[in-house]
Amino acid sequence: MSTQANLHLKLHVWRQKNASDRGGFVEYDVPGVSSDMSFLEMFDVLNERLIEKGEEPVAFDHDCREGICGMCSMVINGQPHGPKRGVTTCQLHMRTFHDGQEIWVEPFRSSAFPVVKDLVVDRGALDRMVQAGGFVSVRTGGAPDANATPISKVEADLSMDAAACIGCGACVASCKNGSAALFLGAQVSKYKHLPQGLTERHERVANMMAQADLEGFGACGNQAECEAVCPKEIPIRVIAEMYREYLRSTFTGRAIGKQDRKRT
Amino acid sequence: MKLDAKIPDGPIERKWTQHKNELKLVNPANKRKFNILVVGSGLAGASAAATLAELGYRVDCFAFQDSPRRAHSIAAQGGINAAKNYPNDGDSVFRLFYDTVKGGDFRSREANVYRLAEVSNAIIDQCVAQGVPFAREYGGTLANRSFGGALVSRTFYARGQTGQQLLLGAYSALERQIGLGTVKMHARHEMLELVLVDGHARGIVTRDLTTGQIESWAGDAVVLATGGYGNTFFLSTNAAGCNVTATFRAYKKGAAFANPCYTQIHPTCIPVTGDHQSKLTLMSESLRNDGRVWVPREKGDKRKPGEIPEGERDYYLERKYPSFGNLSPRDIASRAAKQVCDDGRGVGETGLGVYLDFADAIQRLGENVVRDRYGNLFQMYEQITGENPYQTPMRIFPAVHYSMGGLWVDYNLMSTIPGLHVLGEANFSDHGANRLGASALMQGLADGYFVIPYTIAAYLSSVQVERFDPKNKLTTDHPAFKEAETAVKGRIDRLLGIEGKKSPTAFHRELGHILWNKCGMARNKQGLTEALQEIPALREEFWKNVNVLGEAGTLNQQLEKAGRVADFLEFGELLVRDALEREESCGGHFREEHQTADGEALRDDEHFAHVAAWEYQGDGKKPIRNVEPLAFETVHLATRSYK
Ligand SMILES: Cc1cc2nc3c(=O)[nH]c(=O)nc-3n(C[C@H](O)[C@H](O)[C@H](O)COP(=O)(O)OP(=O)(O)OC[C@H]3O[C@@H](n4cnc5c(N)ncnc54)[C@H](O)[C@@H]3O)c2cc1C
Ligand code: FES
Repeated sequence: MSTQANLHLKLHVWRQKNASDRGGFVEYDVPGVSSDMSFLEMFDVLNERLIEKGEEPVAFDHDCREGICGMCSMVINGQPHGPKRGVTTCQLHMRTFHDGQEIWVEPFRSSAFPVVKDLVVDRGALDRMVQAGGFVSVRTGGAPDANATPISKVEADLSMDAAACIGCGACVASCKNGSAALFLGAQVSKYKHLPQGLTERHERVANMMAQADLEGFGACGNQAECEAVCPKEIPIRVIAEMYREYLRSTFTGRAIGKQDRKRT
Repeated sequence: MKLDAKIPDGPIERKWTQHKNELKLVNPANKRKFNILVVGSGLAGASAAATLAELGYRVDCFAFQDSPRRAHSIAAQGGINAAKNYPNDGDSVFRLFYDTVKGGDFRSREANVYRLAEVSNAIIDQCVAQGVPFAREYGGTLANRSFGGALVSRTFYARGQTGQQLLLGAYSALERQIGLGTVKMHARHEMLELVLVDGHARGIVTRDLTTGQIESWAGDAVVLATGGYGNTFFLSTNAAGCNVTATFRAYKKGAAFANPCYTQIHPTCIPVTGDHQSKLTLMSESLRNDGRVWVPREKGDKRKPGEIPEGERDYYLERKYPSFGNLSPRDIASRAAKQVCDDGRGVGETGLGVYLDFADAIQRLGENVVRDRYGNLFQMYEQITGENPYQTPMRIFPAVHYSMGGLWVDYNLMSTIPGLHVLGEANFSDHGANRLGASALMQGLADGYFVIPYTIAAYLSSVQVERFDPKNKLTTDHPAFKEAETAVKGRIDRLLGIEGKKSPTAFHRELGHILWNKCGMARNKQGLTEALQEIPALREEFWKNVNVLGEAGTLNQQLEKAGRVADFLEFGELLVRDALEREESCGGHFREEHQTADGEALRDDEHFAHVAAWEYQGDGKKPIRNVEPLAFETVHLATRSYK
């Protein structure tokens, strides 16, 4: 059975009124934190106390609180989603921290993710890359029987490993170059291992990568920071797969190219 | 109010085909002239928005999260049903239909349920075509597993992330349309009012959650796919943002709200640990394929689970329901858990828990197979509880999970307001008084991909002559929009102006306590009557003493929360009222006064084989309870038994 403990923490939280405000760290003394709480529940407690004092609570994104929606997004002591491997901020529990610890909390920073307020950033660029090619162009209706094309379990599992990406953007926030390569690689790899995805493989990779440039994401520098912070442990092989797919696409000339894409 | 379900004539297996043949169509050139507002981007909303746009309609889609991919559907774990009969174990459209009607304790509309079963197979085909990586057998065909309330394996899944993969499929179709310019996506926009013009749903008012701007949107039809209201109870398995605002605003504009008391309490969730808790985490029902549920045979047995010998354990589901055992439907399994805990045999510190034990499965299949099937759920469990479920049984307890009730809709999924259509968990249509596992994903996608794209034409074709007349062109300059905007702004100003002492969350928690204690797994007249006093009192206090800090013109999460809690506080009363007036037990609605000698739900078909659809009469006035009688022509009314 878990042993519950009480922690007394010192938080340094990034507060920023809006995109144009400069922002800075504000210190909070937070006693009475149960080790059974999640990191976000600790923020709930902090916020309730701030409200009681008439101070504006800290804005942060969250929704499912079980590690799947990709909404929560805090950099904790310099690491996106905090010190524990393979978990999101909402799944990080306070038993990971010790009594008296100082914790710095910042938003997912990147030039492609402007800060909206406090710990909330705008990750619309990820959606726009999907718009550029992260789909199979089928309409609703008229699909063949689902078992018409057998797919090897091995390939389906490889696809699923990549498809597990929750689109949180931790990979971007962890990268010195602000690259979205792990996110993009996951989209490409998910389709690459399925016959349904092959028809558009060239257009997909070229268009998504072109959009990434337009959004201001940097190039991959092979540091693998992204893999280390990814809460879904998306393997870095998806980046290699993406570059292979990209190379292939350049030989076909079927890619639409970045001049035809615009930032919406 | 007249409730015309518009169920097509003819034998049940022909109704949908015939109806589709007879439905009016909108010509392709005219589709472009229609603008449809889809609120919600979960399975129901995203599939509808994408499909309507593919057909040529102009679509605006709204969601309160920062991306359509983050809708609550993403969290669904276990799977989606379809009548494919790939395992060759005797499944069929009829059997899926039958199981769903029975599972709903004979409180759903047969024609709708049949249609759901009928289109279920096309959903799987569609998802595979989109590249949804469902689990597969080594031979390359799709794999299936079993869910509660069925004796066949008809559930398709993608590890423990089925909802995620299905939503990403619908999301990719939606993003494709956004890229093509046929759908305009408005993320971080919350609908705060429905706008009626000449009695028809013609628009919405939203708040841009980033800038605080209040905006109006005009359209030819409004589609609500805004999900369920489980969060009325404060603690539930739903995502934090799930709310009743969109549907409740529509109710106050004249849409009937059906069966609000039908709420599903899911048997397998991680138990509450303390007051700080903000949500409850589901452990998927699929775990009951391999996990065995038990408690100690003796009261107050405080030994560790491993120290309790086989003979001193009570596998109560297997004992009470030998044919369905651990796969008994949710309402039954939840009630059984409550009974053993009430009996003093619950486990864990609070005594509010039962074991879900995988020791047998691990011995039979090996840890690797179990890990392959449920790895991410086990990991999630360990994250939250700090206990390793490979070594010690999980502790679970029932929690609020799903809302079967919702806005009343006819066979075309149109509410009692012309032009207002409702899809997915937000409507009441297919699950009666209890939903079977893996059926919500099926329903959301059925509604969005395969029903609304046809049935919306019935409405649009009936208004097109008038709408296309240039002198009838509607813009947001119409006074109805100004009026709605004024109402929304007034409400926001009022919330910000109270400057009381208690946070919105504190009120929400109190409401949750009242509902869980008096309108939860077991309900009785006395408790419900008390709740009907306590909720209005709490609401009154809210409007005097809530403290909403910050400003209207920026991102303000407290303001968002306060608006949602204000609606929960009104809606909660309706939920209780419905529970009080339904003097029977059925499915998830268990009235202690109405039970059999061995504690099973006792229906009253003579007086309650109907849908209760509530009609708003004004603040402080008792709403009218309208009734849609339910006819069971194919599956005959019978006592539901899983023994
Ligand atoms: C933890 C969990 C596991 C589950 N597992 C399964 C399972 O295995 N199988 C199964 O069949 N079912 C499962 N369910 C149930 C199922 O996931 C839901 O019923 C279903 O996904 C609901 O889909 P939806 O499209 O109707 O609504 P949602 O996915 O809830 O989407 C609602 C949408 O509406 C938007 N919205 C809401 N209010 C507003 C507003 N006021 N303004 C603007 N936008 C708004 C939201 O932004 C969101 O986009 C599970 C549920 C939970 C909680
Ligand atoms: S809140 Fe959904 S992943 Fe953390």
